[in-house]
Amino acid sequence: MNDQPEDVNTGVPEPEGASDIIETDYTIGQDNIEGAVGPFGFDIHNPVFAISGISVVAFVFYTLALPEQAGGAFSWLFGAVTKGFDWFFLGAANIFVLFCLFLIVSPLGKVRLGGKEASPDYTYIGWFAMLFAAGMGIGLMFYGVSEPMSHFSSSMGGTSVENGVRTDWAPLGAAAGNEQEAIRLGMAATIFHWGLHPWAIYAIVALALALFSYNKGLPLTIRSAFYPLLGERIWGWPGHLIDILAVFATLFGLATSLGFGATQANAGLNELFGIPIGATTEVLLISGITALALISVVRGLDGGVKILSEINMGLAALLLVFVLLVGPTVAILSLFGDSLMAYLEYLPALSNPVGRDDVNFMQGWTAFYWAWWISWSPFVGMFIARVSRGRTVREFVICVLLIPSMVCVLWMAVFGGTAIQQVVLDGYTAAQEAPLELKLFKMLDVLPLASITSFIGILLVIVFFVTSSDSGSLVIDTITAGGKVDAPVGQRVFWCVFEGAVAIVLLLSAGGLSSLQSMVISTGLPFTVVLLIMCWAIYRGLKSEPR
Amino acid sequence: MFTHIMVPVDLTHTDKIARALETAGLLGKTTGAKITYVGVTAETPTGLAHNPQEYAAKLAEFAATQGTAYGVTADARAIASHDPTVDLNDTLLKTADALQADCIVMASHIPNITDHLWPSHGGTVAKRAHASVFVVR
Repeated sequence: MNDQPEDVNTGVPEPEGASDIIETDYTIGQDNIEGAVGPFGFDIHNPVFAISGISVVAFVFYTLALPEQAGGAFSWLFGAVTKGFDWFFLGAANIFVLFCLFLIVSPLGKVRLGGKEASPDYTYIGWFAMLFAAGMGIGLMFYGVSEPMSHFSSSMGGTSVENGVRTDWAPLGAAAGNEQEAIRLGMAATIFHWGLHPWAIYAIVALALALFSYNKGLPLTIRSAFYPLLGERIWGWPGHLIDILAVFATLFGLATSLGFGATQANAGLNELFGIPIGATTEVLLISGITALALISVVRGLDGGVKILSEINMGLAALLLVFVLLVGPTVAILSLFGDSLMAYLEYLPALSNPVGRDDVNFMQGWTAFYWAWWISWSPFVGMFIARVSRGRTVREFVICVLLIPSMVCVLWMAVFGGTAIQQVVLDGYTAAQEAPLELKLFKMLDVLPLASITSFIGILLVIVFFVTSSDSGSLVIDTITAGGKVDAPVGQRVFWCVFEGAVAIVLLLSAGGLSSLQSMVISTGLPFTVVLLIMCWAIYRGLKSEPR
Repeated sequence: MFTHIMVPVDLTHTDKIARALETAGLLGKTTGAKITYVGVTAETPTGLAHNPQEYAAKLAEFAATQGTAYGVTADARAIASHDPTVDLNDTLLKTADALQADCIVMASHIPNITDHLWPSHGGTVAKRAHASVFVVR
């Protein structure tokens, strides 16, 4: 799978062709502090490591000490961001998609990450498994059934208007009473949220980091993409702030997801085995997930993260094929084609940033999703960058944008389609009525071998969390070590444990998780600006590369 | 006695491996063995080099200097690794086999409590290598 043994046999790597190295006086690691706490060595960036760690602790204390005030403040912030800047999120996301499509067709797509003759580090399968597991694996488990179902139901319900404002949650003009059209609109809206736009967001961040690191020779941290704009100033406070914000979004994003994931896995275990729902089970789940993630980070990128991602992809594919075969196969396959056509048909209207009357859908669903993907992008993008050396820009964009989008369409058609067919054809509404965390299990309930498939479902949820947690720890460790990927192992262990501890503390406090999640999503706003600057930086950077 | 000595080097900390380098140089000179200096680097830019090629060039230069200083035949082999922190031991062991080295000379720290959690590179290589291993503390 990996080409390590070949590396060993070829000895000194052949020159890999010219790339346009940025000459700077900054030496990677010059701001780092190396030392030891007792017998444990460390190699950390000053001040990014300390400020990130301290501010995370301070925020956790704030939400614990003043839960109501913090909850109020964060949900106000979240509402202000998604309602006031909905047009900005939607417009920016469209720019990201168009820019990625431009890169595929433009001659700039010929540039290779890592120099003209660089060869890819990972096979397509290993690479794809890793970027998919980090990118959205866990979300697909929970929204695969629930989101198509929600949009289908709200579209069927039609529109309702009070004081001239739409109060329903249906996308666009809804499809009152028209079952076939409601299915098409529901699928189109779901694919819109999981297809090209989120992957374009990830692709921009990943491409910017990979380009400025592998081709320009700058450290693998978020600040490097700002070199064309800020020049040598990125080594000072502007750069520190960008990196700290990235650590912050990554750590809280992971901790809140870990907390919610534990709640959801607990619900599944309760449904399947009658394991009680409660703080004890959830704390045990987080501890277990963190322990597995620890083993994985200590085993490293090839021995841990990659293997887990491949196991995950195999299991997910198994579940997908199973549901496809035992579910309404022909209906699902025709839904796949229909959904794709419906997506293309509704795409211009769904992505329109201004003059919309479906405000609830646009702000509560789309703007929320865009902010969410963008707040995750430093983590996922940096991880994708780390494993993408040796690909051409064109190959990179096709594989990060188009293929995952198609997989999402298939996933949504299989899981959402099966659940919708259960409602439409059989009148089975358990999945439609179940709470979010149980929808998948209720859908699987009426298919054969339900206890086995539900168990695989829970296993997938847990392993997807482990892969998010371990890859997240690697990313935070690299950023807080100033772009060094060879810092002592103890550091990644520290971040992995820290993340689990933050998740447990927030889980045990009332409302801690949801208020911090609002805050994390609010970081999507400044990062949208960061991403727009990255588009420009990528264009500038690619133009000066030999092709 | 020996025909091919492999010396793993960390170019960022050459001061810490001075005694190991001297041991290897003298051993090579006495036995007439060829010495290959092996360095493992990340594929991302590091403080030493913008990319693995630049690192390889620096290592080759380092090996040439050592060869001249001790009057031995010296060669260099640079290896780019996905995750050097974790992959180092395995990479060194595979390289020793690939080079058919019959002796490995490497520096290591004095064992402490953390060696129970993460054994030192020198210790691990000594435990698992097929060749003779000279660990210099």
